[in-house]
Amino acid sequence: MSKLTTMAGMLLGTTLLSTAAMAQTELSLWYHGAGNEVEAKIINQIVSDFNASQSDWMVTLESFPQAAYNDSVVAGALAGNLPDILDVDGPVMPNWAWSGYLQPLSIDESKIADFLPGTKGMWNGELYSVGLWDAAVAMVTRQSILDELGLRTPTVDEPWTGEEFMAALDAAADSGKYEYAFDPGMAWTGEWYPYAFSPFLQSFGGDIIDRTTYTTAEGVLNGEAAIEFGTWWQGLFADGYAPLAQDPADRDSGFANGKYAFSWNGNWAALGSLSAFDDAVFLPAPDFGNGPKIGAASWQFGVSSKSEHPEGASAFIEFALQDKYLTAFSDGIGLIPPTPASAAASINYTAGGPMEVFYELSAKQALVRPVTPGYVVAAKVFEKALADIANGADVGETLDAAVDEIDADIEKNSNYGF
Amino acid sequence: MASKFIRSNRIGWLMAGPAALLMAIFVVLPFVFAIGLSFTNQRLISPNPTQFVGLANYEQLLGVGVLTLEPERDNAGAVIRDKSGALTYPALRSFTRNNADYPQYDGMREWFSFDMGESRVFLLGRDIVFLKAIVNTVIFVLVVAPVQGGLALGLALLINQRLRGINLFRAIYFMPVVVSIVVVSLLWRFIYDGNSGLLNNLLGAITFGAFPRIDWLGNPGTALGSIIAMSIWQAVGFHMVIWLSGLQTISPTLYEAAAIEGASPWQTFRYVTWPGLRNTAVLVLIVITMQAFSLFSQIDVMTGGGPLDSTQTIVFQAVERGYGKQDISGGSTISVVLFVIVLTISFIQRWLTREKK
Repeated sequence: MSKLTTMAGMLLGTTLLSTAAMAQTELSLWYHGAGNEVEAKIINQIVSDFNASQSDWMVTLESFPQAAYNDSVVAGALAGNLPDILDVDGPVMPNWAWSGYLQPLSIDESKIADFLPGTKGMWNGELYSVGLWDAAVAMVTRQSILDELGLRTPTVDEPWTGEEFMAALDAAADSGKYEYAFDPGMAWTGEWYPYAFSPFLQSFGGDIIDRTTYTTAEGVLNGEAAIEFGTWWQGLFADGYAPLAQDPADRDSGFANGKYAFSWNGNWAALGSLSAFDDAVFLPAPDFGNGPKIGAASWQFGVSSKSEHPEGASAFIEFALQDKYLTAFSDGIGLIPPTPASAAASINYTAGGPMEVFYELSAKQALVRPVTPGYVVAAKVFEKALADIANGADVGETLDAAVDEIDADIEKNSNYGF
Repeated sequence: MASKFIRSNRIGWLMAGPAALLMAIFVVLPFVFAIGLSFTNQRLISPNPTQFVGLANYEQLLGVGVLTLEPERDNAGAVIRDKSGALTYPALRSFTRNNADYPQYDGMREWFSFDMGESRVFLLGRDIVFLKAIVNTVIFVLVVAPVQGGLALGLALLINQRLRGINLFRAIYFMPVVVSIVVVSLLWRFIYDGNSGLLNNLLGAITFGAFPRIDWLGNPGTALGSIIAMSIWQAVGFHMVIWLSGLQTISPTLYEAAAIEGASPWQTFRYVTWPGLRNTAVLVLIVITMQAFSLFSQIDVMTGGGPLDSTQTIVFQAVERGYGKQDISGGSTISVVLFVIVLTISFIQRWLTREKK
């Protein structure tokens, strides 16, 4: 009889044990990459590897198309329905952290010690998000174009000055071989404008928001440097260097078709340029007086404030930070691997690889967009101001109006906590 | 004791109930919220508490001012002229930015200006983009309402005939209405394309290349016109069907009588058809006006309000502010202003088209 009870007890015990092992706590993950097969394959791989690697957590992935992603998160947050883990665009992160959608990550900081600075989403002195890759922008052209036009090849240590850059555009325009000398990418409206063009403004010595206080744009977005930038920007279109209205198709294939001599484009498009031209080169940003600058920070992972299991969510993010996944994203969709080890292991960013220069650009020229919750609105105002100036609006007046709008928004939000 | 109206209509109320409830939840309630929110500083997302701000949003939105500037004079008091002989004026910016003497103009921008004698009169607005949006929307309504209504009537008269295959024409004219406006807008973006668009190619072909290529949507002078043309085309079929239903309620005996009297086609239209369409006309006019005031999708897909604010509209601004710029109170204020405008115009239209006794 007692034997039987022991048996029953053991049976019960093992059953309980095995159910405990089976019952992984579910964690939901939202991701912005719906529609991209390669990206989906890698993220699915990470999720299934993570679920198999331990017995506490079970991550389930839900993908959204990028264009609808931010709206979905905001709507989800308003409805009190956020996932445990979500990915967030770098410059938007402070807005979400300030709004209370995100909580600080509790991951081992030593794990990200050698990550590129643009991949670490810091806000209020705490780490809120971390990226598995960074992105960079370069002046894309061909070595044969540089040679033909007799131009010096700029290097990261010695980039073109503003005058050298304009001389290069003049040379390209005078050659008569190109529809336009320069393709800044006007077809890509939205975040591309502040991401790609505000570094020009910063190189002139201005900025979108005054980073000493983060409470005003007065003096930096409408100061002398900014007016100089605006005048230069307007001249690009008024003097026929760059196309004002651009087909998205021309943006995608115009450089490969020989329509433009220089194209201001991201590393994600570099594979296309390389397959079009063997001698495609990626030049550093020109220096308009205040140092060459490019944007930094791409999509990153964070933990939502609504998560009941932040330790599980952080465990997933920590798991995803392994070099093999960083390399996989880089090889799959051309992104910049954030660590030296993952870069060395990648196809394109390894020493002597065709896109190695982007890693250097990211490390040396990158400047994150203003780290403030107000960036989301400021970016929209900046985009409209640049579009208006390109269309011929008065530079000073447009920038003044942009400053007023940004300042009014900051004031309405009680300085966003600054 | 319920009134007779309620009691004898019990079944009616019961049937209207579900629809009325949904309307109340999804139309009336949000609108009541919008009125309330327009007096606060409510943000879309923010940890800050909502505060009551009174009429500040309305003042910010609708504030206007007039500033008259004298031309600049040299020490002798003579006006200074620039190289082309035009008078020079002090920079507007020196009055509207950080000028303690003119606090009422602080933050305002030029809406438009005109010369009066030697001095120049500037009409200033606190929110130029919104003022432009109002003007653009009004232009849109003023063009679309008569043209779309008229074209729809013309089409309805054309297809209100007993011909073989007339249903095919009805279907063709009605087709754009059932296609999503977003899809239609995308297609028209290709048609209007500045380089290889269909419209440019067509105009080039029929003029043997003499017609210059125009970037229809990228040019401040043509953008709004292009959107007006496309919008008229898109919804004309809908109003054609309403006119058609009106036409078919007119008794054929009236036409027979007119024919016996020897009325010309124009006389038939003027004295038989048009009076018979009276109520339909009122309906079509009001519906087109209200639809035109809510112009949004075409702008969102085709121009995003640009270039140079030439296609900003009221509803586009409401969405852009409330959602894009996370300023729900600003968006709500615009909605309330739009509501007042449309309500006023509807009342005026009702009054103008009333049955004269």
